[in-house]
Amino acid sequence: MAGQTDPHISLFSPQEVEFMAEDELVEIVPNMNMEQLNFISGDFGLFIPQIPTKVPLWLAVALKRRGKCSFRPPGWMSVDNLTQILEAERESQSTFQALPFSYVEIARLLFDHAHDDIPDKYMVRSLVEDIRDVRLHKLETNLGSFQGTSAVKISNVSAMEVNIVRPFVRRALEAFYKHDKPEADVGRDTRSSRQQREANNEPRRPLRQR
Amino acid sequence: MGIFKQREREIFDLMASSSEVGGSSADYETMMSTSDVELLKRAWRNEKAAPEILQYEGALVERAKEQIELVEETIEDYVENGKDPLLVSLYQMDLDRTQFLLRSYLRVRLVKIEKFMFHNLKSEEAERRLSEQERVFATKCADDLVKHFEETVLLKLPENYQSVLKQSQISEVDDMVPQPHLDTFVVCRSNNFVSLNLYEEGESPETVEMERGDLYFIRYKIVKGAIESGQIDLI
Repeated sequence: MAGQTDPHISLFSPQEVEFMAEDELVEIVPNMNMEQLNFISGDFGLFIPQIPTKVPLWLAVALKRRGKCSFRPPGWMSVDNLTQILEAERESQSTFQALPFSYVEIARLLFDHAHDDIPDKYMVRSLVEDIRDVRLHKLETNLGSFQGTSAVKISNVSAMEVNIVRPFVRRALEAFYKHDKPEADVGRDTRSSRQQREANNEPRRPLRQR
Repeated sequence: MGIFKQREREIFDLMASSSEVGGSSADYETMMSTSDVELLKRAWRNEKAAPEILQYEGALVERAKEQIELVEETIEDYVENGKDPLLVSLYQMDLDRTQFLLRSYLRVRLVKIEKFMFHNLKSEEAERRLSEQERVFATKCADDLVKHFEETVLLKLPENYQSVLKQSQISEVDDMVPQPHLDTFVVCRSNNFVSLNLYEEGESPETVEMERGDLYFIRYKIVKGAIESGQIDLI
């Protein structure tokens, strides 16, 4: 079935997250001639040997796999930049460094299909993995410090990371909200609180409202 | 080539910022130039993340269908005329991607319709958001379900408990009808500077202000209006 994931695990499957990331533009250097492509998603081309051009990631990977182009790794993927980011991530306990929203997916696809186009590929790969680890760890530890609010700001978290923590944070925040709310309900009549109780026919909750 | 009717152009400048650090994937100040695929992707993402059914994007779906059919014909053409198989396969990939978006969008809506069948038919607001075909489907589905329940169980229960919608005759409201859980938390990203009321009318008026590109975990109810007006995207 086209894209029906179990929402209790996570909203989007990893493949769907990758799908969304594949529309990001990357730079490639074609090694052949090809006419302009008039896709539904946009016009790309012309393809002239040795002239760099920007195309969506999925198209770039497809061309690379057929040996028709080589990649120009994005600016943020240099050893220097990544080392800087890794240090900054390690230093700060509560903020995240600014990285492209789909950095995980982009890096993954590049490593899988175009590793020979990445200078110092082993270094870059290990840096990206370290950054991922540090950020995930930060996310996990920060989760313990949530309080009962209605809005939590998460800056610079990437798509994949959001998708991973989403189910847990959702349930945690909902539980907080539910427990904070009854204080405000005391003034309301019983009818609306009954309605609220019955309206909870969605995923089974271990905690029931009074 | 000029075969395809591209409704909107200027896609690249919009998407060019997406591979930069921290950029959002479309400049919504020039939203009218966003491609249909981008709009479809946005609709699909919003629909997936929202707990209730959102407004049906009729015009967008129609345009997408047209473009898909056009490309299908062109591909057949190409194959017959022996055009470069690489080109054909690339066009096919683009087609597959767009088809996936469209299909998944419609499927997610169907799942929500089935889940909240009675609620959608009861609430006028929800009914307005369905397309013609979805409404027909929902009505038929609901009728079948009612019939099924009645025949198998309800008519055999004592008289006070025979309604599909109410637990018993003494219920004041239709409490057997599952409702979408609007207080659920969603992740959203703002496209403009927007200031929202955190609480409902009459309670302490705290606001949250979002800059463009901020990510928030927030209660769905708070951002519901902003999503409809396109100021906020669900992620």
